[in-house]
Amino acid sequence: MLTTEQVIAKGRLHDRVFFLVGLTLTIICLGTLAVLLYNLLAAGLPRLNLDFLTSFPSRRAAKAGILSAWVGSVLVMLVTAATAIPLGVAAGVYLEEYARKNWFTSLIEVNIANLAGVPSIIYGLMALGLLVYQFRFGQSILTGGVTLAFLILPIVIVATREAIRAIPQHMREAAYALGATRWQVVKDHLLPYSSGGISTGVIIALSRAIGETAPLVTIGALTYIAFLPPAPFSTVEGRVVGPTEWLMSPFTVLPIQMFNWVSRPGDDFAANAAAAGIVLMAATLSMNLVAIVIRARVRRRVKW
Amino acid sequence: MTRTLLLAAALAVPMATHAQTQVVKVDGSSTVYPITEAVAEDFQAANKGIKVTVGISGTGGGFKKFTRGETDISSASRPIKKEEIDECAKNGVEFIELPVAFDALTIVINKSNTWATNMTVADLKKMWEPEAQAKITKWNQINPAWPDAEIQLFGPGADSGTFEYFTEAVNGKAKASRGDYTPSEDDNTLVKGVEGSKFALGYFGMSYYLAHKDKLTAVNVAWDKNKATTGPVSPTTANVLNGSYAPLSRPLFIYVNKKSVETRPEVRKFVEFFLAHAKELTTEVKYVPLPDAAYEIITSRFAKMQTGSVFGGEAAVGMKIEDILAREAK
Repeated sequence: MLTTEQVIAKGRLHDRVFFLVGLTLTIICLGTLAVLLYNLLAAGLPRLNLDFLTSFPSRRAAKAGILSAWVGSVLVMLVTAATAIPLGVAAGVYLEEYARKNWFTSLIEVNIANLAGVPSIIYGLMALGLLVYQFRFGQSILTGGVTLAFLILPIVIVATREAIRAIPQHMREAAYALGATRWQVVKDHLLPYSSGGISTGVIIALSRAIGETAPLVTIGALTYIAFLPPAPFSTVEGRVVGPTEWLMSPFTVLPIQMFNWVSRPGDDFAANAAAAGIVLMAATLSMNLVAIVIRARVRRRVKW
Repeated sequence: MTRTLLLAAALAVPMATHAQTQVVKVDGSSTVYPITEAVAEDFQAANKGIKVTVGISGTGGGFKKFTRGETDISSASRPIKKEEIDECAKNGVEFIELPVAFDALTIVINKSNTWATNMTVADLKKMWEPEAQAKITKWNQINPAWPDAEIQLFGPGADSGTFEYFTEAVNGKAKASRGDYTPSEDDNTLVKGVEGSKFALGYFGMSYYLAHKDKLTAVNVAWDKNKATTGPVSPTTANVLNGSYAPLSRPLFIYVNKKSVETRPEVRKFVEFFLAHAKELTTEVKYVPLPDAAYEIITSRFAKMQTGSVFGGEAAVGMKIEDILAREAK
């Protein structure tokens, strides 16, 4: 029989052991990240300058830059956001507010959860068959953007549903009591209150999409490309470019450009790859930062 | 929210029919990529307004698109295969076959390896053939004079053209290789592997060896069917050019869609630029250019728009470029 003191001492010991194990694991994780960051910065920083951002790729490592890659990444993200946000938010609102709870809705819900776990290359294969060949979008920015939109759609839907679910039921009841229609409740109350949570989810999803390579390689995003998509309403060869023409332009993105450089002989290209990695990581981290800021602001604003 | 809806609406607007700007589409082998990239870079600098895109789908992947008529030019680290020729015929794609450079597969060993600087193709076969799997594990099993130490083998993965050519040339059958080696699609990994271990051996394209010359030793290879010499031959530009570095030197190709050349002047311009600058640019990216006479023959072949493959769908191991060029298309 243990005395009370012994029981307490045992509990304290377990407490301390768990604390130490947790601390060690955290340090290992953060340490790995720190080493990785240090390596990347050490290799890439000397190459990172304005020229690197404004030059096209080249066979001469010292002259090569990532202009076509980062512009491609930004444009693809634009298409991804424009496709995934309306679709994902609408689907989330529908499932949460409109859909009847029956077997069909459950089936959809299970499938969405499963889709979030499908490897990204599968989305690439689907896009190759559907978008590139069936819809004849070609290996274009449009194809790339829509492919990544498919990829992050489940994340956006889940984020939307979580954010809407967090709104207390009495907000809806109050609105209905005042004679609001279902759409008015969604438009004037649910979406504004949940916008913080939704934006956070969307941005985190986009920062995952920006680093994706596999699905884009599958649809055939090109590796060497030394021109930019035509800007809307600019004049090329005496002809005014249409507003959506850039969507059909071939493209490359940062991770593909990095991958290309990593596999080149010699260390010069490895430095270029590291520098491109810094840019990519800066983009991801700043997107996550924006997500954190939005979340903090909304939390302060909305109270019930 | 309204803004995103507007964006979505803008996307749904049917794409305006737009005249295709001049884009030359190249895809194919990752081995040939550095050459194509260099040509594309200089060509675009010299011809403002013409755009060139270069993809890396691998030789086989590139041909898949080429045979469907999706690309204008396909680069290849091996001759076009029978099935691919048939596929072209089925889709009405006619092509012009143009060898543009040489690559020499280089066998590399660690700097401190002093015993295996000369090897025969038979030694290599003993080491790499499928039957060697799990059996040939030590250096002294190949040559009793060599150390009683475990061999560590490094090579490219099964999807690469380099793997296909090496197995064909050494083991006698394409893609027939032992599987218990460290494969990597990234040649830099192979360089690191061989550099880090005294008892390692690996193989990859010559440009990777030249970029890491100070860290690795290249093996001199002797071949009993070699017409030039029976002794070991080192992988140098001169030996590749005179045909004595056999059977491990191979020609690299571009295949040009005839219809693209006929209907789009920018494709013709690009190929002409390619052939005119192939020699200097190949040398710059550390491959071996063809002899001058060969470029003349190829340029005239292109001018005459001679279609078809001289290989008739077969691999060509250990052939001299002159012999290849002397053949008529089958």
